[in-house]
Amino acid sequence: MESGAVTGERLLVRGQVQGVGFRPTVWRVARELELTGDVRNTSSGVEIRLWGEAVSRFESELRAALPALARIDAIERVAIDAVRPESFVIGASEGDGMRGAVTPDAAICSACLEEVRDPFERRYRYPFTNCTECGPRFSIIETGPYDRARTTMRGFAMCPECGEQYSDPTDRRFHAQPIACHVCGPRAWIERLGPGTVNHEAFSMMDDVDAAGGMLMNGHIVAIKGLGGFHLACDATRAEVVADLRMRKRRRGKAFALMARDLDVICRYAEFSEQEAELLASPEAPIVLLRASGEPLPEAVAPGLDRIGFMLPHTPLHHLLLRRMKRPVVMTSGNLSGRPQCTTNEQARAELEGIAEFALMHDRHIANRIDDSVARVDLGRVRLLRRARGYAPRAIDLPTGFPRDISILAMGAELKNSFCLVRDGEAVLSQHMGDLEDAATEDDVRRNLDLYTQLYDHQPAAIAVDAHPEYLSTKHGREIADGRPVIAVQHHHAHIAACLAENGRSLDAAPVLGIALDGLGLGDDGTIWGGEFLICDYRGYRRAGMLKPVALPGGTAAIREPWRNAYAHLMAQMGWAEFAMNFADLPLFARLSAMPRSTIDAMIASGTNSPLSSSCGRLFDAAAAICGLAWDRQEYEGQAAMLLEAAIDPAALNEPDDLAYPFSIPLLGGRGLPYVEPLAVWRAMLGDLLLNTPVGVMSARFHRGLARSVVAMAQRLTADDGPDTVALSGGCFQNATLFRLVHEGLEQLGLNVLSHSRVPANDGGLALGQAAVAMAHLHE
Amino acid sequence: LAHGGGGKAMRDLIEDVFTSVFEPDGLEDQARLSHEMLAVEGARLAFTTDSFVVQPLEFPGGDIGKIAVCGTVNDLTVGGAQPLWLSAAFIIEEGTEVALLRRVAAAMRRAADQAGVRIVTGDTKVVERGAADTLFVTTSGVGVIPAGRELAAEKVRAGDVALVNGVLGDHGAAILAARGDMVFEADIRSDCRPLNHLMEAVIEAAPGVRCARDATRGGLASALNEISQASAIGIEIDEARLPMRAEVKGVCELLGLDPLYLANEGALVLFVPEEQAEAALAAMRSTEAGRDAAIIGRAAEMRSPRVVMHSLFGGSRIVDMLVGEQLPRIC
Ligand SMILES: [Fe+3]
Ligand SMILES: [Mg+2]
Ligand SMILES: [Zn+2]
Ligand SMILES: [Zn+2]
Repeated sequence: MESGAVTGERLLVRGQVQGVGFRPTVWRVARELELTGDVRNTSSGVEIRLWGEAVSRFESELRAALPALARIDAIERVAIDAVRPESFVIGASEGDGMRGAVTPDAAICSACLEEVRDPFERRYRYPFTNCTECGPRFSIIETGPYDRARTTMRGFAMCPECGEQYSDPTDRRFHAQPIACHVCGPRAWIERLGPGTVNHEAFSMMDDVDAAGGMLMNGHIVAIKGLGGFHLACDATRAEVVADLRMRKRRRGKAFALMARDLDVICRYAEFSEQEAELLASPEAPIVLLRASGEPLPEAVAPGLDRIGFMLPHTPLHHLLLRRMKRPVVMTSGNLSGRPQCTTNEQARAELEGIAEFALMHDRHIANRIDDSVARVDLGRVRLLRRARGYAPRAIDLPTGFPRDISILAMGAELKNSFCLVRDGEAVLSQHMGDLEDAATEDDVRRNLDLYTQLYDHQPAAIAVDAHPEYLSTKHGREIADGRPVIAVQHHHAHIAACLAENGRSLDAAPVLGIALDGLGLGDDGTIWGGEFLICDYRGYRRAGMLKPVALPGGTAAIREPWRNAYAHLMAQMGWAEFAMNFADLPLFARLSAMPRSTIDAMIASGTNSPLSSSCGRLFDAAAAICGLAWDRQEYEGQAAMLLEAAIDPAALNEPDDLAYPFSIPLLGGRGLPYVEPLAVWRAMLGDLLLNTPVGVMSARFHRGLARSVVAMAQRLTADDGPDTVALSGGCFQNATLFRLVHEGLEQLGLNVLSHSRVPANDGGLALGQAAVAMAHLHE
Repeated sequence: LAHGGGGKAMRDLIEDVFTSVFEPDGLEDQARLSHEMLAVEGARLAFTTDSFVVQPLEFPGGDIGKIAVCGTVNDLTVGGAQPLWLSAAFIIEEGTEVALLRRVAAAMRRAADQAGVRIVTGDTKVVERGAADTLFVTTSGVGVIPAGRELAAEKVRAGDVALVNGVLGDHGAAILAARGDMVFEADIRSDCRPLNHLMEAVIEAAPGVRCARDATRGGLASALNEISQASAIGIEIDEARLPMRAEVKGVCELLGLDPLYLANEGALVLFVPEEQAEAALAAMRSTEAGRDAAIIGRAAEMRSPRVVMHSLFGGSRIVDMLVGEQLPRIC
């Protein structure tokens, strides 16, 4: 022991502990406990050295005082002997800081919001106010590690006052990288898109953000540069303006998200629970799907749907914009339909000119496009439907049994693409990026892959891809593999594995019954799957049951046009003669008669571009078309199924059980696998049509019948020594009614049910499952 | 027609059905060719072969014989060669109608005349029932690439303009309609035709032509992807500019097929330097096979070289090379 040395303690903290106000908190707790020592960032987390009597109390006090955005994964404590320092100081970072220390963007905190609203604060009405507990993070990072010089704030030199706050450990803004104020930070301004100028004189009493708010109130469509991209905004209560926005944006059916000033505004148009209110006001601030109630909104906001997506303002700019607005505004992505949202001012000027009259611009560049997240609360848990702003790129711990020393890159699906990096036993799922066929989206994927690879210093040992050889993500994975193994993972196995992984199911746990109710994914038998019952663990699966395989006449055309599925299902069940004999009085008969039936028949008979598919999504399309809710063309993916769910008459969900449409479960010839057979369903449904049964009742009977059959199948497959746990995944489980009915039915059987929460049930979560399966393979 | 070992009946068949049509003055088993063009310093010989197995054998706008001649002529053409001589080999299933063979041979002669080439040698085999599907035809072709002419996909540069000579997808759609099992009426004829005269006209008007590809199997999409990969450059095309018949679009909608991947037998895509694009277009349009010619896009620098189509509705879609057949990718 060197002379004067005193025994102290060293704590190594791992987790989300950098760039989130962690060191000032440590500093404060240490001072309160009269401890001396130091704290600094290292490449693996934060190192704290402590001396003093109260050392033993430090950890619990720190955990209790943790800043909002921080998360501790592990603390390792060892005794040390050294000369005790006189005070507690925040030391310089070691090296480049921690790899992967990027945190998600967070909504403005209450302290910052108060400042923005306080005329005596120097950041009064400053639209870019932030602190270590809130503000932009991921959206402004250009390269790692997270540091102002490597963000899009690098062009803004701090003024002396901001500089002082930045270096004061007692300040909320100590090392807040995007710190800024009126004097030194980014500015917002309004401009006219297209010819003409804005008459600033007219707004002399206000600033530009307020002026933009005034334009919204006056019925204009305004492009707003937000955190992760541009939005298009307008007054959501003016039907003609909303319809105009739809026409200009060329977005016909898909619902618009709304933003409202506060919960009081929202509660006039929608109902929400305490949990939903909390979610709306959380730092993640997602769009939350709420049941519409109270004052009606124009039909054009969410055509045919019973839920409205609301979010609260998440930046000071949005708070200021809506300050005087007592009505909700549409806040939809700023793009032409089908394209990713604009992120640069130049793009917005070029692409949004024909849509919005004005744009609220600012000069803090958006480095990384990130959409608004979409969530819902079902069965008491938050369910992410789209995982982006506020959530990505937060890491997800892999369950026990997974090796910590294998790095994997999983490429995700073709639609709703998101990739996944695994390293150090954690999975980093990228933000939702979109459909790869769109060239701009695919460019984004490539750019993001470069960024994540750099941020996390990621060198994957293998690449996991979907088993579908034509997915652009699969091709991309093979292209970059460069000699490393490429592991192809069956689509629905990946869905179930994603559900297991997010629920912490350990690598060596017993197999579960995975129920994947989904759109389409390539099966291992050359047909297309999408309603699957798999006995599986991470390592492998056995197909134990399915929905009835039915032809998809026209392949992708059958996905666009619901009537094709209605026709294929009806013909697979009863044929035209029986249909004509019994149901010729139905308008449905006339509509189907008018279609090119002989060609469709021939395609199905010869198998020309008509693969067999056990898809649950297409079953929904068929039901929606038969009910008359969708026919020619779906305007967006899943529209038919969403309309069918939204049509449900809640009272009809309480009808006697025997009114639910009767699916049966015979064995498939040849292979002998049980399948869910909708034969009697269509007869009952067509019968209901003859009786003029309301669509809301038919839809309820369909949902209940399908859920009952899924539960019955599960009962059969878990009987005797079968699995005691069921995992639910696939896009169809984003249907809240189906999800709830299946979940409840399975629990009544005494089964342990796993479902998605932090990771979407649809293809947005697929990469996590691909990564988990690939890890399991490599670990063998 | 009976399957035989090579006796007199067989010789009569060959003489009667094929050689008398291709070379009435007599055909030897071996073509002996002397040609002054080959003696030119720098000129190169081009040689290609292809087998044809189309079903049905006869369809609106052509038959297997016409395809066999045009396919090989066009293969030589897009490499910059002037096609001169062909060979033709036939594998015939026992029981095939002689009348069909006569029609096929006549179509081959017409196509050869149209292209200005001669069928100078060949072979015929009759095989047992079931050993072949009625008729397979193989043609080989020889042509000469004039001195100084160098067409290669690697030569495409950013800014070069892409042109096609005519409407797309007619052949693929005509074959689908002619198969009869799809039960739809469509007035669509195969575009099957030789393209060598068109190509010569273009090269004369636009001597800077970088490369050409015939958009046969895999359609325009595959041809463009091959060029993009070979030249490591991106290609942008405009959906609005693609010449395509409404009937073909209709058939594709109905069957759920993407017309960009439909086969053509008389369509080529070529790249020329921007300043020669209008001249190339005018030259194409002056020929029979180029009446519907159009500028469809251009080569462009891209972060990752690939083919992108600007769609009618404002998006930009990736048009990639298919690994297998068209299968739905959507979840
Ligand atoms: Fe899926
Ligand atoms: Mg060839
Ligand atoms: Zn704050
Ligand atoms: Zn400042």
